[in-house]
Formats: sequence, C-alpha cells, structure tokens
Amino acid sequence: METNPGLYGLLAEFDNPATLVQATRSAYEAGYRRMDAYAPFPIEELPDALGFHRTRMPLLILIGGIVGALSGFALQYYCAVISYPINVAGRPLNSWPSWIPVTFELTVLIASLTAVFGLLALCGLPMPYHPLFHVPRFSRASRDAFFLCIESTDPRFERTSTRDFLAGLSPREVTEVPQ
Amino acid sequence: MAPEPKDHKHEIGDGVPPVMGPGYTFRSVSEKISSITLARQTPRAWWLGFAVTFAFTMMMLYTILYLLFEGVGIWGINVPVAWGFAIVNFVWWIGIGHAGTLISAILLLLHQKWRTSINRFAEAMTLFAVANAGLFPLFHMGRPWFFYWLLPYPNTMRVWPQFRSPLVWDVFAVSTYGTVSLLFWYVGLIPDLATLRDRARNRFVQIIYGIMAMGWRGSAYHWKRYEMTYLILAALATPLVLSVHTVVSFDFAVAILPGWHSTIFPPYFVAGAIYSGFAMVLVLAIPLRTFYGLQDFITLKHLQNMGKVMLATGLIVAYGYGIEAFMGFYSGNIYEKFSQVNRMFGPYATSYWALIFCNVVAIQVLWFKSVRDNPPWLFLVSLIVLVGMWLERYVIVVTSLHRDYLPSSWGNYSPTVWDWTMFLGTIGFFFALMFLFIRLLPMISISEMQTLLAESKEKGEVTTEEKR
Repeated sequence: METNPGLYGLLAEFDNPATLVQATRSAYEAGYRRMDAYAPFPIEELPDALGFHRTRMPLLILIGGIVGALSGFALQYYCAVISYPINVAGRPLNSWPSWIPVTFELTVLIASLTAVFGLLALCGLPMPYHPLFHVPRFSRASRDAFFLCIESTDPRFERTSTRDFLAGLSPREVTEVPQ
Repeated sequence: MAPEPKDHKHEIGDGVPPVMGPGYTFRSVSEKISSITLARQTPRAWWLGFAVTFAFTMMMLYTILYLLFEGVGIWGINVPVAWGFAIVNFVWWIGIGHAGTLISAILLLLHQKWRTSINRFAEAMTLFAVANAGLFPLFHMGRPWFFYWLLPYPNTMRVWPQFRSPLVWDVFAVSTYGTVSLLFWYVGLIPDLATLRDRARNRFVQIIYGIMAMGWRGSAYHWKRYEMTYLILAALATPLVLSVHTVVSFDFAVAILPGWHSTIFPPYFVAGAIYSGFAMVLVLAIPLRTFYGLQDFITLKHLQNMGKVMLATGLIVAYGYGIEAFMGFYSGNIYEKFSQVNRMFGPYATSYWALIFCNVVAIQVLWFKSVRDNPPWLFLVSLIVLVGMWLERYVIVVTSLHRDYLPSSWGNYSPTVWDWTMFLGTIGFFFALMFLFIRLLPMISISEMQTLLAESKEKGEVTTEEKR
C-alpha cells in the first residue's frame, strides 16, 4: 500500500513556538493524525495539539515502585527469617521496623530505573538513524527551529495537497523528507 | 577572562536582580552555553587547574596503592578510634552531594525558577562527591576486594547481610543515591547532548555526542513523556536525599555511645548536609561565572538565594549544637554530661570551638544584604562553612570514640600523613572531575534555559525580538 514511495513525510519549519502550535492545531483539525512536532524545548500546548493527552509513564513508574517495595521487603524477610535466622537478644525474627530503610531505598531504586528505561522504551530510543536526520536544516530542531512533520503513512497524506496545506500555514519552508 | 563583571544589580525597579540577563534569544542561549564545550581552544587556565588537580588525584591513587599493599595501619586509626578520617570524610563528601539533589529535585517541585541555571553542575557535583564518599568506606574495609560481601547474594558461606544494622542500610542508601543521581543527571543531559551533536563540526565529536544523545530529536511525544519522567524522578529523589543523610546519621545514632545516641541526629545531619552542599555550590559557581562570563545566567539572584539557604540551614545546625549541649546536661546521665564537657574542654576543644566559630559565628554576616550581594565575601564564607562542617564530623567521630564508658579503653587519635594525602587527594579528584565536566558537557541546561526564556517572553519580561 505504498502510495508515496521513498517519502517519509513533509516537513514544515516555523519561526517560533506559537506558530508551530497554531499550525499543529490546524493540521489536526484538517484530519491529519500521523504527524509529529519537533522543538528544542518542551512546549506545553504541543502534545495536546497533536492529540497526545496522556502518557503511560506514571503508571509504569508506580508499578516499578510497588515491585521495588515488595521485592525489597521479601528479600530481607527471606534472609533474616527463612534462610539465616539469628536470635538477637530475643527479638522477633520478623523485625520489620528495621527493614523499612532498605525497603524504601529499593522502592526508589526500582521506580527510578523503570522511569528511565521506560522512557527510553516508550520513545523508541536509542535510535541512531531516523529519516529526519537526512534534512540538513533539521539539525536546528535542537537549537532554535520548530518543525511539523506530516508522515506519508497518514491516510490523508497526498504529496501535492499536503504540501499545499502546509504551505498555507505560513512556514518558513516545506521540505520533502526521503525515507 | 570576562572583561568586566556584568552584575545586573539595578535592572528591575524593586532592586531584585533577575534570574537571567536581558537581550537573549533561543539561539544565543543555545550558542553561548554550547560554545564553551565545543570551543576548539581549551583555555590555558583550564589546563593549569586541571594539571594541579590531576596531580592531587595521582597522590590519592598512590595512597590507595600503598594502602592496598600495607593495610589500613598506614592511617591513624586504632582502637578505640577505629573510624577516624575515613568516616569523617565519607560523611563530609556525602553531605556536600546533597545540595545538588536539593537544587535539582526539591526546588523543581517547588517551582523555583532560579534553580535552572545551577542545577546541572550542582548535579555533577553530587555525582562526584558521592563517588569520593564511596571511596572511604571501601578502603576503610581493610580488604576492599571483598566489598561484595555487603551485598545480599547466595553464597557458599550460607550467610546473609544483617538487615537490622544501619551499616547495611548505608550500603543500600548510598548506592541507590549514586545510581538515581546518575540517572537524573543523564536524563537531564539527553536534549543538550543532541544540541551538541547537531552543532559539532568535528566528525569524531559528532559521533561521541551522537551516541550519548541516543537519537534524541525533540519530538513533542518524547518531550511530553520526558517532562513527566523528569518530574517523577524529582519526586522520587526528594525523599531519597532526605533518607540518605538520615541513614548516615543512624550509623551514629543507633550506636549506644554517649554523644551519638540521640534522636536529634537525623534532622540535624540533613540540615548540615544541605548547608555544606550549598557552600560547595557557591565555591564552584562564583569562579565559574566570572571565568566563563556567565553572569547573565548565574546572576546575583542565584548567589543571594544560595546565601539565604546557607544561613537558614546554618541556623538549624546551630540549634542542633545547642540542643546537643543542653541534652547532655539535662539528661542527668553522667556519661552524656561527660562527653559534652570533654568535647568543649577536652583534648579536642580547639576543634570544637573552631567548628562553633565556622558554623555558627561566621555565617551571621549573611544576615547583611551587602554580604549576600558580594561574590568574594560569599566565596569566603562558603570556604569557612566547608571547613566548619568537616570539623563538625571530626569532632563527632573522634570525641565520642576516644572516651567511652571504660577509662581503661580510652585513647587518643591523630591522623597520619597518609590520612591527609587521601583526604586532599579526593579533593583534587573532585575538582579534576569538575574540570573535565565543564570542558566536555554543557554546565548549564540549554533546553531548560530556553524554556525559562520562552516563559519570560510570554509574560513580557523579555522585550527583545527573536532576530535571525
């Protein structure tokens, strides 16, 4: 079903964050869905304009934290009660108050590891190659330029009409991104 | 060197300096910060500083080599003072690290805008301080090659670590702290590494930063997840940083030794940690901003605020000293009372009164706005605080250990030359790592400074138009 062979998408460059957000909203209203916007710093309205309202990150990290807490406590319970019980001055083997610090540390550790590796996994990083890196001007996306890319996999994507649509959003320029 | 110090003392009507100098654009912020890293020429003063600190690093490595060869007997430790410099320096370095996490995590949650330009190198400071701190207990073990016995792993000896001991909590607290600080720092660096990758002209440099940036391209989807992750990491690091020095203080407070066995220890240790950490941030920030001409990013506002935090935490620490002394007498316990009297008038009285001078008396000058406005003065006060906080740990460790319940086990402690070479060596190592950091990585977060700029533009605080 490749209707636009060799084309990843069309990339429009904008002057400032406000026009990028405006353009993204217009593209969303025009029915485009497979698109992404690029900026050197986070712009609050941009994900909403793209129709991306919620991320699964908090849920992932919560699960990581719960796993960390349970495994931290279980580790100490196993060591001190099951595998290597030592009677210290007649205190109970399951002396849980003194296990709170390690349980807490492991909660934070596993939650943080989940956060960072989860972020990389959800973003599909590391990704050393990406079609956008073919566009020389795209290197400014990490400095001072703002881009909107409508991808060729979008059902409404059509080489000329999409190009005309983007050109109508007052971009600095519109470029074709090879696959 | 910067030609003229450009401190914007009177930029805004009410006399409050801004968090960023005027006239910046997204482009100039990005270029100003990244060009320090990408500059072809390394400043001569950098080489000089690095050479000196590297020499101290070599001294540390030589000490470690000799220690491995000869054993911990080369240090001044012995019964009854078996902890000595190793634990003093461990607590001192860990404490210094705390300010970095406080600035990057707690101030982020509290929406303190002024943290933006100092968080990156404060986090680097945390990492390097924790690395130095870890060296001391490691080599104090005597047989450091068995360090893994501290970790719970199934072994042929069929024993497990004793999880009721604060020393085991410490292993978990410090290693978690080091790992989480590294993750937090790296996540913060990813967008800036992409900037460096895109700006670099040298192929080799492009590849190195390209690998580290992992293909970051500033996608809005990525930014949304990134911001959420960063916020939650800050929320996780906040209780973590408080827990780490609490656990360190448990090493003392859970022991039954007079002068240690006290519930004031956790809060008073945490306050002391932040106090010394802010002193170290100032010691680093004041020369850096002058040398690299960053007065527009690290403004007087930052220095003033750090001065205020130092004063506030310093007063908490002073309260801790007061309560310690009061409880020593009020408890009616002869051992507690003796340990207080011995601290103030015993063989280590000089150290005690020096610490009171450094930590309680000297910082009172921070009440004056003219001192908080004056970088050289702040620098001097910060150095005094660093010395004072080191003396505090020295007094706590040594005075309680050298006089315990039985006079027959009393003794004295004095450091040997190898104690000093190890300690000064780690200071050199710390600064050598800082020198490498400011040369190889952006010392101020570019994307966060741009966010700050975008926010101030919306509010009309910055009037200049984006120019091409």
